Amino acid sequence: MTEWLRKDCLGLRGVSREEIELVLDTARSMKEIHTRTVKKVPTLRGKIVANLFYEPSTRTRTSFELAATRLSADVINITTAQSSVVKGETVPDTANNLRVMGADAVVIRHNISGTPHFLAKNTSIPVLNAGDGTNEHPSQALLDMFTIREHKGCIEGLTVAIVGDILHGRVARSNMWGLLTLGAKVRFVGPPTLIPPGVQDLGVEVYHDLDKAIEGVDVINLLRIQRERMTGNFFPSLQEYSRIYGMTMERLKRAKPGVLIMHPGPMNRGIEIMSEVADSESSVILEQVTNGIAVRMALLYLLIGREIESDKPHEKKDLHTPTLFEN
Amino acid sequence: MKTLIRQARILNPATQEDKKADLLIDGETISRIESSISDSSAKTIDADGWWLIPGLVDIHVHLREPGAEKKETIATGTLAAAAGGVTSVVCMANTSPPIDNNTEIEFILERVKRTGYVRVYPVGTVTKALEGKEIANIGSMVDAGAIAISDDGRNVTDPLVMRRAMEYSTIFGIPIITHNEEHILTDGGTLNEGKMSMMMGLQGCPAEAESISIARDLILAKKTGAHVHIAHLSAAESVDLLRFYKRKGVQATGETAPHYLLLTDDAVDGYNTNAKMNPPLRTKEDQNALYEGLKDGTIDSIATDHAPHTIADKNQEFPLAPFGIIGLETLLPLLLGRIRERAGLDLLSLLGLVTHKPAAVMNLPGGKIEVGGPADITLWNPDPTYSINADHFYSKARNTPFHGWEVKGRVEATFVAGRQVFSYGKTERI
Repeated sequence: MTEWLRKDCLGLRGVSREEIELVLDTARSMKEIHTRTVKKVPTLRGKIVANLFYEPSTRTRTSFELAATRLSADVINITTAQSSVVKGETVPDTANNLRVMGADAVVIRHNISGTPHFLAKNTSIPVLNAGDGTNEHPSQALLDMFTIREHKGCIEGLTVAIVGDILHGRVARSNMWGLLTLGAKVRFVGPPTLIPPGVQDLGVEVYHDLDKAIEGVDVINLLRIQRERMTGNFFPSLQEYSRIYGMTMERLKRAKPGVLIMHPGPMNRGIEIMSEVADSESSVILEQVTNGIAVRMALLYLLIGREIESDKPHEKKDLHTPTLFEN
Repeated sequence: MKTLIRQARILNPATQEDKKADLLIDGETISRIESSISDSSAKTIDADGWWLIPGLVDIHVHLREPGAEKKETIATGTLAAAAGGVTSVVCMANTSPPIDNNTEIEFILERVKRTGYVRVYPVGTVTKALEGKEIANIGSMVDAGAIAISDDGRNVTDPLVMRRAMEYSTIFGIPIITHNEEHILTDGGTLNEGKMSMMMGLQGCPAEAESISIARDLILAKKTGAHVHIAHLSAAESVDLLRFYKRKGVQATGETAPHYLLLTDDAVDGYNTNAKMNPPLRTKEDQNALYEGLKDGTIDSIATDHAPHTIADKNQEFPLAPFGIIGLETLLPLLLGRIRERAGLDLLSLLGLVTHKPAAVMNLPGGKIEVGGPADITLWNPDPTYSINADHFYSKARNTPFHGWEVKGRVEATFVAGRQVFSYGKTERI
């Protein structure tokens, strides 16, 4: 069986099919824990996970925290407002202080793309990317793929439409890397102002017409439209965006029977997704949230859990391989 | 003090001469070039097997003094130049404070006199404090020794300010060096816009932001009759525009840098801040256009845009790290060892791009080998192969993407005004 040999989980770009499947398979056994009356196992007892969040987040931080505590790890939560960041400390300095206080892994969210990669090069403990700027959000994409797999059995051959702000979308990027690796077709749907130049070179189909884009797709992933983007003239108004790219029941009828509606949250009901769609039978939005915990448990286990089992902490050959991308 | 350099292969791009001969330096000048010279009073260097070329003229260098002496000083920057075979540097004005008045020009020249290893020609700003609002005291700066004006590092955003600066510059006959970037279009981008910016999830700078700004300045040059020199050309369309306006007879010149000729935006992958500069590394198509521009003479010069930063400056999150890489000590090895293969230019024409042609662009002496002319000379040993090691640089900075590159040939000695300021392994101040 494949092993997780990377020190970190920084993104899905460059991650192999076998590695992704390993995470998803591991997550399946983690999900079983959720159905027990006592939702806790001792796997990571004695380990410390530091959540280092430089950007506001409720769902992802809570999800990582629950994932860690279900595996019996201790969690330190650090958010920008209370940390030394306000005093000008660098990210590696903050993380390395946590490391010498005993942290075994850092879960980091940051508003600047590449910060987890930068940190990974500058600390010896595993780094989990919980969302970096407009780059990647790998645990979100993994939970999306986990959810798709639960419903569709397999991802290869499926067509997935991702709708909305692709330009600033880290969920879109991570999903793209993961889905393409697993053999799905990916469609990006949105106004040209929100589609990053260069995507066509990566094997993604680009659509500006939502009705056409959802024809024949198996999954529709609707991204949150951030209101602050309006000031950048990416689209003239939320009303107009909603009229052109909002997912309505009417539109949903055009999609394949059995289509899954996904959303990484938090939703803007009535803008990118109508309430009826969010609450429809096609919607798996709340399942995504549940699955998020299982996937994050799997990631934590793969990054810091197996040493306990084998009791040989340094057997992983490239324990110090700095990043996913370094050749 | 006389120095006799014996039996070097003398390459003189200005005259297209390539011959083996003896060369005698007497005082500050070249006094004789003959097939065989004997002068027992001269110090003799046996240069058989080496090349003797004019000292290089790098018309785009940031020496960082005053204000950022942690990154580089006039002493270390000019020493790096000497070690790279560069005998004349044009230093940019975006220091702290900026070189925007005659006192600052005098300060630079005084520091060069006291601490420099090679000739330094300062550039003054176009606008006061680089703010892009009011034209600086250009006349006073020229009187004090400024050889050009530039707000390099920033675009002069306001077209009216640029127009007036160009008009005014014609009084003094100095070039105005433009840093072309339409800031509204680059919108905080930190690498080329395209596949790489998508793959790294970063805001990109479209090549059009450069080209649109170049178009504006070339059109204004046509109107005003100013000499516009376009710094660090990186995009294909920019080359097309320069070619177009040159053919119309506009007094325009341009330069590109070794990194644009050797690297594409792939080099920033992995958030490599040592490949982050402005304008950013672009695509293969852009690179091909730059080589075309060199070949047909559209681009007049290769300059390094030597931009030193400390290790701490560069060891940051990619968008936070400053723009710029160093280049003085890698210019000649990369030019002769890497660019030469792709440029399809003969050796003398290639060397012309770093000697007499940039000198002509900036109206400087030097860049030539001539009897009676200044003895600014570089001795090049074409044989040794090695890999570039940033830890051995004389520059204070290490920010190069070329660390570890295999190259062939090294600078053996550098003479400025007849004085040997560098020999492989040791240095001496002018």
